[in-house]
Amino acid sequence: MTVNVFAGAYIFMLAAFAGWVIIGNVPAILHTPLMSGSNFVHGIVVVGGLFVLLNATSVLEQSIGFVAVLLGAGNVAGGYAVTVRMLAMFTSSTPVPAHHAKRRRAIHHAKKA
Amino acid sequence: MLISISQAVIALTGFVAALLLMYGLKRMSSPATAASGIRVAGIGMLGAVVAAFLYGVRVEPAAQPHLWTNLGLAIVAMAVGGSIAWWSGKTVKMTAMPQMVAIYNGMGGGAAAAIAAVELFGGRANGTIQLIVTLFGAVIGALSLSGSLIAWAKLDGILNAPLQFRGQQWLNVVIVAVAFAIGAAIVVSVAGGPSLLALPVLISLLFLCAIVFGIMLTLPIGGADMPVVISIYNAATGIAVGLEGYVLQNPALMIAGMVVGTAGSLLTLLMARAMNRSVFNVLFKHFGAAKGQKPSTITGEEKPVQASDAAIDMRYAKSVIIVPGYGLAVSQGQQKLYDFVKLLVAAGVSVKFAIHPVAGRMPGQMDVLLAEAGVPYDMIVQMADINDQFATTDVALVIGANDVVNPAARTDKTSPIYGMPILNVDQAKKAYVVKRGQGKGYSGVVNGLFYAPDTFMVYGDAAAVLGQMIEAVKGLGAAAA
Repeated sequence: MTVNVFAGAYIFMLAAFAGWVIIGNVPAILHTPLMSGSNFVHGIVVVGGLFVLLNATSVLEQSIGFVAVLLGAGNVAGGYAVTVRMLAMFTSSTPVPAHHAKRRRAIHHAKKA
Repeated sequence: MLISISQAVIALTGFVAALLLMYGLKRMSSPATAASGIRVAGIGMLGAVVAAFLYGVRVEPAAQPHLWTNLGLAIVAMAVGGSIAWWSGKTVKMTAMPQMVAIYNGMGGGAAAAIAAVELFGGRANGTIQLIVTLFGAVIGALSLSGSLIAWAKLDGILNAPLQFRGQQWLNVVIVAVAFAIGAAIVVSVAGGPSLLALPVLISLLFLCAIVFGIMLTLPIGGADMPVVISIYNAATGIAVGLEGYVLQNPALMIAGMVVGTAGSLLTLLMARAMNRSVFNVLFKHFGAAKGQKPSTITGEEKPVQASDAAIDMRYAKSVIIVPGYGLAVSQGQQKLYDFVKLLVAAGVSVKFAIHPVAGRMPGQMDVLLAEAGVPYDMIVQMADINDQFATTDVALVIGANDVVNPAARTDKTSPIYGMPILNVDQAKKAYVVKRGQGKGYSGVVNGLFYAPDTFMVYGDAAAVLGQMIEAVKGLGAAAA
């Protein structure tokens, strides 16, 4: 697949907008898990690391590529493990859905006011 | 045939990954769906990572002889990096979560910088625009790596005092200027122009500049600003990943990276706004060095009381608002706190938790901590919704929080925390403050609340103090029976 400069600019522009909208209404209670979750998402860099390592032609490239995959894999695995642990706590409290809805509305109104 | 199938699989899994990562993040932004959000994102990630091994089906001709070595290295790197991080992420204490996020984030930045390094040292960039994008990705990734590591060291207590010296800002400006000059020299050199230094030397110097800049930018930052800094580096890593995604012509990396870049930036702005500071202020106008003396405007003394007396007083109050802070996280007292609260509620006391947006070392850390102990959501109230209620509350119980309840933020224009919104604990009829000792807060500012006539101090480790409070209230019940 090739992405020329302008197609790239469009992708960046739309992705940037998507990120802005996705986070827009998040309640403060989720700030830490969400930061951890988005930290996991950029772990996809490991895919780029694999591409670079598999195409390495010299010992230097192999070494740096190895580091890229090593660090990228750490980002993915660690980010996932920590985020799951944080979010698991939110399922443990029993009456979630009912006041969750109430809470969200309250937050929403507070923001408007 | 095999080549075109593998290409199609890679492209398709990349597309699905981009979709699921965004959808997963969306689900994570609401408490009811959050837990499933990370799984959705995980499935997308797993597919993309497994499919990435299909890159081996068609590698560049020059890399063909090394293919099996490279595949072996890839599997080893995945297994080692993945399992170490997985194990540490599974076993780390809840209080250490912020620094773990910082370190995993640094790893992502380092990976993006390493990809850029291969592209640069191998002379693989295709045209000037790709080269410039690679350079930006390299610098942002490398500074995110070093900055995140410093943030980790500070949060972990390995580095303590903020390092500040005269001319620091100017040094940073010089480093950035040098980095730009080196970047420009690399572009000129690659285009076949004259060059003072060999290309690999220039590239190494650029990485060195970026790493030093990340360190210099983070070292002087202290106080309650650490959460904002981690958020900045999280966004920076996202942008670096997105830029390297463009260089590798991989839309999944571009989308995931840029989504995190803006989501992280927005989160940073929200946090900075919660402290009534601009991001510029956080980065460049640091809290002053701690002043030892009590300012003349503060009169009175700190009045210590026994934990049991405070507990019994709260047992007979009508309403109690609890303000948790980092001290609670450090002592791991959240479970004991909730046990104590259950006793109060059983005795008919109305209890609520008041959460300051930057309580703890990460936004929302207190929410996570209380959720871990099983505190139901409806007892946890954010600052904006509860601040008016302090004036009509009998007792405010502050546990391990300091700067977020310091009235100087409201009144003292000379205070470094002036302007930061605070919880109105000083307006409650009475306040108990659980604190390890007579030290100052993380920002080093003296807290007038502790000297106020209606404030009483309970010294000791939060978990130990709460244990004594539970005993006191239980003993009361036993005596009555």
